[in-house]
Amino acid sequence: MRVFVGRKGKPGTSLENKTKAWRGKHPVYKQKDCIGCQRCFLGCPEGTVYQIEKKKFDVNLDYCKGCGICAHECPVDDIDMVLEEGCEVPELE
Amino acid sequence: MEREEGRIINLMEPGHTGCAGCGQAIGARLVAKAAGPRVIIANATGCLEVYTTTYPRSSWEVPWIHSLFENAAAVAAGMEVTLKAMGRYGDVKIIAQAGDGGTADIGMGCISGMFERGHDILYICYDNEGYMNTGYQRSSLTPPGARTTTSPPGRNSWGNVTRKKNMPLIAVAHGVPYVATATPAEPRDLMRKVRKALEIEGPKYLHLLVPCVPGWGIESELSVEMARLATETFLFPVFEIENGVITRVRRVKERRPVEDYLRPQRRFAHLFRPGGEPVLEELRQIAEENSRLEPGPAVLFGA
Amino acid sequence: MRTILEGSLAVAEAVRLCRPNLVCAYPITPQTHIVEELSRMVADGRLDAGYVLAESEFGAASIVLGGSAVGGRSYTATSSQGLLLMVEVIFNIAGLRLPVVMTCANRAVSAPINIWNDQQDAVSIRDSGWIQLFVEDNQEAVDTHIQAFRIAEELMIPVMVCMDGYVLTHTWEPVDMPEQEEVDRFLPPYDPAYKLDPDDPFTMGEMVGPDAYMETRYHVHMDMMEARAVIRRVCEEYRGVFGRGGTGLIDAYGVDDAEVVLVSMGSLLGTMRAAVDELREEEGLNVGLVKVRCFRPFPKDAIHDAIKDFQTVGVIEKDISLGLEGTLCSEMRAAFCGEDSPEISSFIMGLGGRDITVEEIKQVARDLAQNPACRVEFRGLREDLLNGDEG
Repeated sequence: MRVFVGRKGKPGTSLENKTKAWRGKHPVYKQKDCIGCQRCFLGCPEGTVYQIEKKKFDVNLDYCKGCGICAHECPVDDIDMVLEEGCEVPELE
Repeated sequence: MEREEGRIINLMEPGHTGCAGCGQAIGARLVAKAAGPRVIIANATGCLEVYTTTYPRSSWEVPWIHSLFENAAAVAAGMEVTLKAMGRYGDVKIIAQAGDGGTADIGMGCISGMFERGHDILYICYDNEGYMNTGYQRSSLTPPGARTTTSPPGRNSWGNVTRKKNMPLIAVAHGVPYVATATPAEPRDLMRKVRKALEIEGPKYLHLLVPCVPGWGIESELSVEMARLATETFLFPVFEIENGVITRVRRVKERRPVEDYLRPQRRFAHLFRPGGEPVLEELRQIAEENSRLEPGPAVLFGA
Repeated sequence: MRTILEGSLAVAEAVRLCRPNLVCAYPITPQTHIVEELSRMVADGRLDAGYVLAESEFGAASIVLGGSAVGGRSYTATSSQGLLLMVEVIFNIAGLRLPVVMTCANRAVSAPINIWNDQQDAVSIRDSGWIQLFVEDNQEAVDTHIQAFRIAEELMIPVMVCMDGYVLTHTWEPVDMPEQEEVDRFLPPYDPAYKLDPDDPFTMGEMVGPDAYMETRYHVHMDMMEARAVIRRVCEEYRGVFGRGGTGLIDAYGVDDAEVVLVSMGSLLGTMRAAVDELREEEGLNVGLVKVRCFRPFPKDAIHDAIKDFQTVGVIEKDISLGLEGTLCSEMRAAFCGEDSPEISSFIMGLGGRDITVEEIKQVARDLAQNPACRVEFRGLREDLLNGDEG
């Protein structure tokens, strides 16, 4: 019996695929004014934000695609989006 | 496989290839998180299936199957009945999930069968209001006025002409004991509804509005914001219906005009040109109807 | 135990003896008696299986797919339009390597709608990756269903048992029903190589791109090629336990001294046996028969060896690849690729339940004896309808 592909995929193997190259900017967790609302943690489409303490979060940048949801959703402006090195934001009309 | 110290293990892992800011990825991840590891997922064809299971990788840490576009509900039904017959059901929960096309269009027959026969399955519809995986075509859950590639505005058109098919009420009409809507803008509410649904015996229907960054034409950081605005404008009402009775409707502190939701989305941009007013008025009308949703019977008659 | 049973009831009883975990179907003539009997068994407590009344054949196929994916022995039955409605799932079940067993009560396909027997339905989905076994009588139907689960589960390839609608499904015949203990000995509980289970989570049905898709098809193909040996072996083992039980891939009858060899699938073989016996006795025309029991995987070598020494072969079939000829005929010709081939002619007969008489078969043999030239012919057409006015 030859059943190799498409029927028994190993779980969780997408972790091998680091999607960091997708982004043009990344979040910086300032960890100063955090109120522990978890919006960054729960609202991350990748699941790459993790909790360190009740009011302290950070991001595993290996998978962050730089969508900016965490920074946009943070109610206390404790997350900044910064440009990736070598990335420029094109002027849009 | 990498398991960094202190990192939360997701049941839907990163490394998937969903778009940056994908609303469905947030929803699906929260669903898996709330459901826990003792779940088996039957997933329809669509974005979620493609970007989480492109061979040779999978994002799923739970048993997961993809068969076809329109049969997730039926595959789940077969799993449920068989596990019960084999005495292996125990604490296992079964979820069937699909997009709006896989639910309200092509999957309708299988879903109706699953509802009607009363299988113990939580069905989740990830509604991004179109066939986004194939390039933003119109589905029966595309709202009025929306530009899709098959409902383009033009000399004789202001975009999609039909209202969203009322899937929650269709579920209620089948006697589904738990029907609810939610969005990624309120992740705790979404997860609570998943957990609550999984405690209830029988079919359950959870309808999630999940903004699509490229399909809706929004900035990636705005996808959660769009879900919030859909609720606050009443274009997407958030509620729970238990045994045919609306038990909870999400109150909105400050109701927002529909334009606040529509303007940031390129799929609605044409409505703000001269002549678009009647469509805007229809959307206001829909919001107005939704805003009057009150706890009480969801259907006034039954078979 | 020898009893007189309707074909459908015999099949339902055989399925019950195989202890399925899931039975799911949608009613369609002429498959209905099978699922009705299974329903009675569930209602009476004789059958302890998950039982689902699906909303369509598409749903039924998807439900047995799900049941098989979690490791349950899963069975369904359909016919004609039902099989065609299932087609998308049929391919999917085979691609996912799920050992579902199905009965196809062969029936013509629409339009025009016709509920009577031919074999166009099953033949039309020959490329789906299912093993397809055609049975001649109800005893063979019983035996083949029991073998089908063994074959499917050993190979992780689904098996379709094809039996002619009405001709077999609605006909009462004496059938030797095996005892439960014997079936249990022959067919052990299904222990799948993989199943969906939270204790061993994995992903089934991934998106596979150009980098690996072709290999998945190659693997199914190679397993299908090897399935021929498995089908033969399972048949022999069955014969060892039950003292009968089918004919492996093909069966030959009276071919040793034949001038003409006739070939077919399914219940027509019974009529053909009578025809060739009469021709020998009454007319001194020596006609042999080849019965193709296994249509997929196609038993190319067995067929080649069975007919290679003859000059004249006629394939009588109840299906047609419109615009070409009978499908079995095409495939038999392909068995002689690059070699001297017998003259293999295609005779299309019995479509939509048109009766095929012993005399008609005898005439085919006589005509071939006179003129062996390779040709495609419809037999049994009504002249009055061929050139008449509309209506």
